[in-house]
Amino acid sequence: MAESAIAPAARPALAIDRDRILQLVFMAVIALYLILTLAWPLYTMLSKSMTTYRFNLASFEMQVDAGQGWQPARKISELAAQLDPAKLPKLTSGTDGRLAVVDFVPGYSFRGTEVYRFRNAEEGAFHLAGSLRITGTDWHEYPANEFRKVMMRPAPSRGLDNYVTYFSTPTLVNSISNSLFIAAITTAFTVVLAFGFAYALAMTVMPFKGAFRLIVMIPILVPSLLPGIALVYMFGKQGFLTPLLMGHSIYGPIGIVIGSVFFSFPHAFIIIATALSLSDARLHEASIALKASPWKRFISVTLPGARYGLISAIFVTFTLVITDFGLPKVIGGQFNVLAVDIYKQVIGQQNFEMGAVVSVVLLIPAVIAFAVDRIVQRRQQSTLSARSVPFAPTPNAFADRMALLFCIMVAVFIAGILLVCQFAALVKLWPYDLSFGLRNYDFSRTDGGGWEAYFNSMRMALYVALAGTGIVFIGAYIVEKLQGMKAGRSLLHMLAIMPLAVPGMVLGLSYIFFFNDPANPLNFLYGTMAILVISSITHFYTVSHLTAVTALKQLDPEFESVSASLKQPAWRLFSRVTVPVCMPPLLDISIYLFVNAMTTVSAVVFLYSPATKLASVAVLNMDDAGDVASAAAMGMMIFYTNVTARGLHYLASRGLLRRTQAWRAR
Amino acid sequence: MKLTRRIFQATAFATMLAGTAAYADTELTVYSAVEAEDLQRYAETFNQDHPDIKINWVRDSTGVVTAKLLAEKNNPQADVVWGLAATSLMLLKTEGMLEPYAPKGVEILDPKFVDSASPPQWVGMDAWIAAICFNTAEAAKAGVAAPTSWKDLLKPEYKGMIVMPNPNSSGTGFLDVSSWLQLFGEAEGWAYMDALHANAASYTHSGSKPCKLAGAGETVMGISFAFRGAKEKAGGAPVEVIIPSEGVGWDMEATAIIAGTSKLEAAKTLVDWSISKKANEMYNVGYAVVAYPGVAKPVENYPPEAVTRMIKNDFEWAANNRAAILKEWQKRYDAKSEPKS
Repeated sequence: MAESAIAPAARPALAIDRDRILQLVFMAVIALYLILTLAWPLYTMLSKSMTTYRFNLASFEMQVDAGQGWQPARKISELAAQLDPAKLPKLTSGTDGRLAVVDFVPGYSFRGTEVYRFRNAEEGAFHLAGSLRITGTDWHEYPANEFRKVMMRPAPSRGLDNYVTYFSTPTLVNSISNSLFIAAITTAFTVVLAFGFAYALAMTVMPFKGAFRLIVMIPILVPSLLPGIALVYMFGKQGFLTPLLMGHSIYGPIGIVIGSVFFSFPHAFIIIATALSLSDARLHEASIALKASPWKRFISVTLPGARYGLISAIFVTFTLVITDFGLPKVIGGQFNVLAVDIYKQVIGQQNFEMGAVVSVVLLIPAVIAFAVDRIVQRRQQSTLSARSVPFAPTPNAFADRMALLFCIMVAVFIAGILLVCQFAALVKLWPYDLSFGLRNYDFSRTDGGGWEAYFNSMRMALYVALAGTGIVFIGAYIVEKLQGMKAGRSLLHMLAIMPLAVPGMVLGLSYIFFFNDPANPLNFLYGTMAILVISSITHFYTVSHLTAVTALKQLDPEFESVSASLKQPAWRLFSRVTVPVCMPPLLDISIYLFVNAMTTVSAVVFLYSPATKLASVAVLNMDDAGDVASAAAMGMMIFYTNVTARGLHYLASRGLLRRTQAWRAR
Repeated sequence: MKLTRRIFQATAFATMLAGTAAYADTELTVYSAVEAEDLQRYAETFNQDHPDIKINWVRDSTGVVTAKLLAEKNNPQADVVWGLAATSLMLLKTEGMLEPYAPKGVEILDPKFVDSASPPQWVGMDAWIAAICFNTAEAAKAGVAAPTSWKDLLKPEYKGMIVMPNPNSSGTGFLDVSSWLQLFGEAEGWAYMDALHANAASYTHSGSKPCKLAGAGETVMGISFAFRGAKEKAGGAPVEVIIPSEGVGWDMEATAIIAGTSKLEAAKTLVDWSISKKANEMYNVGYAVVAYPGVAKPVENYPPEAVTRMIKNDFEWAANNRAAILKEWQKRYDAKSEPKS
């Protein structure tokens, strides 16, 4: 008796210690992962946005000989002090700034007979003579005619100059209102349409519900550029539906809004459909018993029941649209939006500092939308009641027919976009030679990396799905199931939620700053497949994390107590119980990661290298170079791959459910 | 459970794979702005003579490649640049990023195509010349005649029919802008672009896209380059290649070694070969003007007057004023349309 009283106290203490250390190590590893792949890069980007370039006039010196020997050397800053301040050139600059010395020399003429000497007065400063770069502090001599070719170069410094430049450049600032405008309009359209669609599915007994549910998910399986390409074929100058626009151009806000409605539709739909499915039948019955009109019932029962879902859908759609880059890139024409500005600054002009500034600007609305959504979701959980009864719709000939009509229209819109892309990919030379051929599938003729890019994408998506599911699930397990360490766990949870607020472009750009720094020991990752995998996992971390947390919440904490009382280490419980029980959500997470890794452009467009070109980026680059048909062909390849993956996922989950989830069926 | 174990194994495997790559004898990372469809041919022709060197291409628009190289200044990823605008290479030269090297036989080349430094830091391959791609089928529909000069583009009937590349990202766009400023003078050049802006439908990211858009009838005319126009025409598009009478801007495609490459020997081999007669004959398939004297033969569909209308181009001026010109251009034109509501 005495023995057994002592033993359980002593033995578990030891086991728990070892367990505890293991758990803490895991927690540290996951936290470190999120800090290295998210927090730190973002911080680096913020600091980069404050790196500026200025001409330091005191670091250059010149002398002149007008025929009476060399006059004393003078700093350029001294010469500048004598200039009329209104005529003083701007001293702030980009990395590639140049300033001619002769602008500071009073009475200079290239026809003059004077001879000039020029030098860098400090080590580290440098200037150009023509196209030759001159470093060091030696004097160099130039006749007057050559002296005008001497250009000073700026030195890095710190400050808010970039922000000043940003907010004083109208073309850049305009993008803020453009982005908000597009996101607001699209959100209104998408949420109303998605609500109608979800309502029709949940509240009527129209036929073909299964088919509609499948079709509405299509946009998730394609890159957001694809609707843009389809719209060009439908409404471009040679489009077959162009007259419908009545003279308006599809390139610009109209195109962006139509395409954005397409790609954001399923996201809004899923959220609203979930909210409507939670609708409590008892309330509907009560309102019918009280003889409320259907309209009254809609206003006072259906809408309030779905309000959190609606608010959530609004903010999710808004965030998706404002951070999307692919679509406005393809169809935006000269209508500038923030996400495309980042790309233009970074890829077009390699002005990384300004790219960082735009990123910070884009982060603000994304973070606000994210925060509001979080708060709303927290509220929703408390409204769920265990006594709720699911609503079962009853036939109503008129309503059912209207719902069917509406859903057919939405389905035709979605499927039509895809059909147009497939058609465009097969036509030889739109619109002059409409015969079919596979010429556009010969990707070696175009930019983008050919078929190799496609296989790279598949490999990448597979790695993301496998590694991502592992990392995410372990992280979620620690957050949800670990005992004690409350501060550490909530920190981890916060880190895991953050990626949702960070646009892919911003994440990618911050990775350049962080990983392409030769001083960073992780520099070796730059340009590899690994960095693409990491950025994609981090970009899609939050939704996966929340899915895993939800699944783990359903597991009774009793398992932990039982395993502890059986003196089993936590890893055994984890591998024997937790993981097998959570297999269906694990599969869901992996397919989510796979599909998104196949379609993402924004998270990888700054990070791919010649050896790791990707299909989604190829779509972008082919469209950029004018090979629109090939871009459509590649986009459709991504679609078919994702459909196949989805199908396999469906079969796998069914098989798995039968084998490992038999306990659920009793 | 088996599945879990397999997932973890696969994860480990994936991490391993990420770090490895297959190696031929020597692999060179070559940055280029040469048209995508020509890259394979260039690499294959080079490999006929040097099968032991494998080329890994990084291709993009001129502006993008230039910017990428500049961004990687402290951590260069490229070994060689083969086929990038000479103005861009001058920019890299001013950053001290190029390895001075006189390739074997450089003295045979037209001196206009060789960097003035000694030893030269870059060597030219061929000239690419601005042109207007004009879709005759769409023009007939719209009832407009073909332009013959740059000034013609300002005619009011062309309103909304012109697409041109954005000089901030496209080398072709930049050489157009720089040629107008040189042809018309600074003040008149900007006035010309102001007027052209009023007629322009949009600005594209890449220099070949305006011509491809013209080929697809998406625009009536695209300001692009002659080589691309000839290709579109050969591909069956109803396109005419027009060389404006005032003269046209041009740039060289050129080759250079990136300073600090760990594969200097292979890089030198490639650059030696890139100026050989055989290489120049290869360039001549698409480009009417090449660096090697006596090689050039007329190119199919290529307008013969292009060569005589090349302006006297001050590359150094263009390179040193590039940043200022691009900034001014962006300020004036980079928001073609405002939000309309």
